[in-house]
Amino acid sequence: MAKMTLEQLRAFREGKRQELEKRNVEGKDIQVIVGMGTCGIAAGAKLTFDAIVAALEKHNMADKVVVRQTGCMGLCYVEPTVEVVMPGMPPVIYGKMTSDVAEELVVKHLVEHSLLDNHIFDRPAVDIVAH
Amino acid sequence: MAYKNFILVCGGTACESSHSEEIYRNLIKEAEALGVSHDVQVVKTGCFGFCEKGPIVKVLPSESFYVEVKPEDAHEIIAEQVVKGREVTRLLYRKDKKSDTAKLEDIEFYQKQFRIVLRNCGVINPESIDEYIARDGYKALEKALFEMTPEEIIAEVKASGLRGRGGAGFPTGLKWEAARKSPGDVKYIVCNADEGDPGAYMDRSTIEGDPHSILEAMVIAGRAVGANFGYIYIRAEYPLAIERLKIAIAQAKEYGLLGKDILGSGFDFDIEIRLGAGAFVCGEETALLQSIEGKRGMPRPKPPFPAVKGLWGKPTVINNVETLANVPVVITRGAQWFAAIGTEKSKGTKVFALTGKINNSGLIEVPMGTTLREIIFDIGGGIKGGRKFKGVQTGGPSGGIIVEKDLDTPISYESLTALGSMMGSGGMIVMSEDDCVVDVSKFYMAFCVDESCGKCAPCRIGTKQMYGLLDKISKGQGEEADLDKLEQIGRAMTKASLCMLGGSAANPTLSTLRHFRDEYLEHIRDKKCRAGTCKDLVVYEIDPAKCIGCGLCARRCPVSCITGEKKKPHVIDGSKCIKCGECYTACKFGAVIKR
Repeated sequence: MAKMTLEQLRAFREGKRQELEKRNVEGKDIQVIVGMGTCGIAAGAKLTFDAIVAALEKHNMADKVVVRQTGCMGLCYVEPTVEVVMPGMPPVIYGKMTSDVAEELVVKHLVEHSLLDNHIFDRPAVDIVAH
Repeated sequence: MAYKNFILVCGGTACESSHSEEIYRNLIKEAEALGVSHDVQVVKTGCFGFCEKGPIVKVLPSESFYVEVKPEDAHEIIAEQVVKGREVTRLLYRKDKKSDTAKLEDIEFYQKQFRIVLRNCGVINPESIDEYIARDGYKALEKALFEMTPEEIIAEVKASGLRGRGGAGFPTGLKWEAARKSPGDVKYIVCNADEGDPGAYMDRSTIEGDPHSILEAMVIAGRAVGANFGYIYIRAEYPLAIERLKIAIAQAKEYGLLGKDILGSGFDFDIEIRLGAGAFVCGEETALLQSIEGKRGMPRPKPPFPAVKGLWGKPTVINNVETLANVPVVITRGAQWFAAIGTEKSKGTKVFALTGKINNSGLIEVPMGTTLREIIFDIGGGIKGGRKFKGVQTGGPSGGIIVEKDLDTPISYESLTALGSMMGSGGMIVMSEDDCVVDVSKFYMAFCVDESCGKCAPCRIGTKQMYGLLDKISKGQGEEADLDKLEQIGRAMTKASLCMLGGSAANPTLSTLRHFRDEYLEHIRDKKCRAGTCKDLVVYEIDPAKCIGCGLCARRCPVSCITGEKKKPHVIDGSKCIKCGECYTACKFGAVIKR
């Protein structure tokens, strides 16, 4: 993209915000977000990321789900952390999501629409940016 | 099949010991009894914090947060919430209105945390400028460039009460104003990302999670003080943070949010990254500037302050990462909104890296005025392994230990200083009865000996002398007079050092001497370390009554000083033992004793 003017930036922000609010990224409405700060990566977040992608392929979900990275969610004691946002389910943060749990996450949460035992952790704070 | 409700039952150890398992079973039973088991899934979760108010039950999607739930409440939760869709109000968490943190009265939430600095951390993709923009990113810049004069920006930051988050707490607005008023055509904005305290990773995580917030704030600062160039001074051992900053800078330039004629406003601002080699003293602002100039990083006396004479002799604003991350929010939300959070003199929030002997270690952000007890027990979930709390070190090697009796102090710059510690940049290390104060003080002093730049005598000589005395005490060779010497040298260093590295290096020792003098005396008089961490004072022995002669300890011992026949009690040769503790951890029968 070329340099923007003020008006262009405003229009661009509005478009992106609606996209984010509709939770529709790249035409896919399910988001799996992996915490990938140094702490998460050290705890194996990259392996988790790859394992989730592989599990999605295996269960034919790849075309519906976008797997994204984010920074540190702050839950150092249960890294790696993964948030799942999808229609019909409350957004949930999972901790201790090592690569061996990735397939269980995909099957239970994304396919069967149920939550995983012993992996859910609370969102630490309200979102001050949300409108 | 699709569940309408999810009931989360906290399965942390504290909640489990207070019947969360029974609550879990009862909820499932009740759901079946009332015929709604297809509408609700009961889930066991990890620890939610708030352990003192446990067991915790949370219902989604309504976000109902229930505390002190009893097994017999299961019926009501299912009957009311799942069947009728009504919250069980009597179980809902209510925030204690007496606490200082409840000033944001229009926002009622149960979380102790409030995220301004970390607003985007763990939410956006840090490598995507689009996501940053979608969440109000660069909106503050728009306002600062097109709707506010530089004087108005400074007035807003002043009115917000924002103070330096690097530790010293100097009002940010005043710093900007001083630099604006300093004569000169060329001025600089410098971001101090040379986070170096042991146990601190707030700035690293902020940059890794939200690099654009720093860039946006630096451009705003540039506009406010009349600077067109900025440096981010970051230590080379933060490779991921550096990588993400580089990506962010390239993206911002592409979009015209950095560089010439930003958004067509006519204002130019550019940013470059400078890598530090990891010297702690380079976090001190004058040493940092020397380092950027390519010289050896050593502090110089102030005044003149950098706002008057900084980088290459030009007026320079140096702000810490966390301070800058607050700026876009101050501008978009306004000073009034920001100043409503926190205490009278300390506004906004503070990010802490909560580590040490704590159950839920993590990166947390709380409103100023939150108490240490809330942080350690509500957010941190208490002490690991159910051990006893001993103290908490704030401010790293520059801070002091804060003990049990002071845990209810609301956190502010002033209150922590009054307790003989300091806010510092945000490292918060929790210690239990398994930590020895002599050992901890010695560790921090060793750090200061290594990191002292050597320019001024009080710090160069003082740290070395104090380390020597602490080392002597930890080896059981100390004398009572050494304690007075430590205090004397410490006081001299505090008064006479050139910069705060030396000026605060004695804090850990002085504060532990104040609170735990008896433990120092124990090391000296009784040659005893009650925590068992001072190696020279610890003796490992094998209890012949408990030893079954499995030989595991002997195999683990790196110096082969454990001998004995198979199936007969073994013996440790104390003269060869290096006190590594391998045998102690290896023994499955508790036969190895540490004295």
